[in-house]
Amino acid sequence: MATSNSRTLARLMLFPSVVLLLAWMLVPLCMTLYFSFLDYNLLTPGNNAFIGFLNYEFFLTDPAFFASFFNTILLVGGVLLITLGGGIGLAILLDQAIWGRNYVRIMVLAPFFVMPTVSALVWKNMLMNPVNGLFAHFATWLGMSPIDFFAQIPLLSIIIIVSWQWLPFAALILLTSIQSLDREQLDAADLDGAGPFSKFYYIVLPHLSRAITAVILIETIFLLSIFAEILVTTSGGPGYESTNITYLIYTQSLLQFDVGGGSAGGIVAVIIANIVAIFLMRLIGKNLED
Amino acid sequence: MGSINLKQVTKDFGDVSVIKPIDLAIKDGEFIVFVGPSGCGKSTLLRMIAGLEDTTSGNIEIDGQDATDTPPAKRGLAMVFQSYALYPHMSVRNNIAFPLKRAKVSKAEIEKKIASVTKTLNLSDYLDRKPGQLSGGQRQRVAIGRAIVRQPSAFLFDEPLSNLDASLRVNMRLEISELHKTLATTMIYVTHDQVEAMTMADRIAVFNAGIIEQVGSPLELYNTPVNKFVAGFIGSPKMNFIDIEPTATDATCCLGIRPEHITISTTSGTWPGKVGVIEHLGSETFLHVHVEGKATFTVKAGGDCPYVYGDNIYLSAVENKMLHFDAAGLTLSQ
Repeated sequence: MATSNSRTLARLMLFPSVVLLLAWMLVPLCMTLYFSFLDYNLLTPGNNAFIGFLNYEFFLTDPAFFASFFNTILLVGGVLLITLGGGIGLAILLDQAIWGRNYVRIMVLAPFFVMPTVSALVWKNMLMNPVNGLFAHFATWLGMSPIDFFAQIPLLSIIIIVSWQWLPFAALILLTSIQSLDREQLDAADLDGAGPFSKFYYIVLPHLSRAITAVILIETIFLLSIFAEILVTTSGGPGYESTNITYLIYTQSLLQFDVGGGSAGGIVAVIIANIVAIFLMRLIGKNLED
Repeated sequence: MGSINLKQVTKDFGDVSVIKPIDLAIKDGEFIVFVGPSGCGKSTLLRMIAGLEDTTSGNIEIDGQDATDTPPAKRGLAMVFQSYALYPHMSVRNNIAFPLKRAKVSKAEIEKKIASVTKTLNLSDYLDRKPGQLSGGQRQRVAIGRAIVRQPSAFLFDEPLSNLDASLRVNMRLEISELHKTLATTMIYVTHDQVEAMTMADRIAVFNAGIIEQVGSPLELYNTPVNKFVAGFIGSPKMNFIDIEPTATDATCCLGIRPEHITISTTSGTWPGKVGVIEHLGSETFLHVHVEGKATFTVKAGGDCPYVYGDNIYLSAVENKMLHFDAAGLTLSQ
């Protein structure tokens, strides 16, 4: 790729795929933007009048929006907290020399390969079901009354399910990072009189900061759009207690047939995602530099 | 403060015995160098003294106290690692302060100690930099600073200069020797480079395959090696070995002669040979001479050496400078 000839050729050959990718992104975005200014409801076809920012006004002043906005934050924050905390712990455990370590690592990774709908169904029917679920049996065995997870703590239940799915991902990324830590640093800390907690806090944790940043950024992108787990378990209820922005947009456009309102919600979600992205990059992005 | 006694110390990794029973008394204030080829167990022994490796059997005594099972931090030793092992996310100041903070030293005291250490090591200008922004030599100095600041009873160096380039290595060698003279603290220094061993040590311990072959001052080892291994390992270029047939009265199987103890003549001598590659170093010249029926000899000559590749010359040994080895490789006294 050194001569100007090869550079031109490279650009020429990249051109079609770049155009395709750009169109793939821009066309739906522009259409959504366009729909969001229309009175576009599938129940009253043929009207489609331009109504300015009315869709946005309705979406943003809807009490459901605030509920789902905070639910989204709780969901993302809760899952990040659990997966990072648990991930660091698991990574440290998996780093120890134990018998059959390779098999344990594969088994730990397994939940990540289960598709969201399936894992949500397994949790809903096998574990969290208030009558037949494992947790219910366990509770009755202990003499307590079983928790009806999706009625009493719907959002927390979803956080638990999603955390279970994402824990292996965090653990694996953090494990590779721990393995790249220079053992002589730990030896030096040993001689310097650092106990296990000092060693973790002053040496392991700073070494992990880059991996933690990567986990936060990647997970946030995916967690903002959690949908299948909610649809399969609680359908956003009771009330709006487990509805996030993604699910709210789905109810708007596909359950209430309000394409215009849904599009406005979609654009709002894009803006929120970008704000979060900028915020995160400013806050922790510097960890990825150098 | 700083004498270390090894008594019948051994180390096994599974079935493999890395250190065979070793006895060694290291005196207070001594600069002792562990030297040997890679894999001979010298670094493992150092890590055992530091407490980073368990001792399979035997005792390690520090200042007369049994420290075999004492955790590393309680042994009062400081170590400088091959990779320097600086904490990359901490500034130089925090790196040096780390052991003091762990020992709960007061803030004012820490400041005072850092100031004096950084002044000794010429690091005052770099206090707020991270290790990544320093050169190899500076990092090395920070690592040494982190060791000094604790005022340990002994310093352990694990091949500290092997990551530096040649000229810097010579400088750091001098600085470490200088430091030893000013601090007068026991230093144990591990290296595979016999030049470092010869130039820095008060005493050298030559390691081979988990045992100590010989302990002694650099010149003792150079002039009176106990066996063929030590004779070949100490000295650069290496000693020349000539295999001979033992006779009924003389058990000598092998003769050893150092390059500087061979004289060259164009007319007569013990071994006729052909000059091979010539290495001119300015002040001296090393000739590689192929001797018929024997091996290639390395011969040291003066700086203005008149011979060229392919010359036919005669070599003879300087009187009484030859070493005799028996079949087991042990030095025979003449």
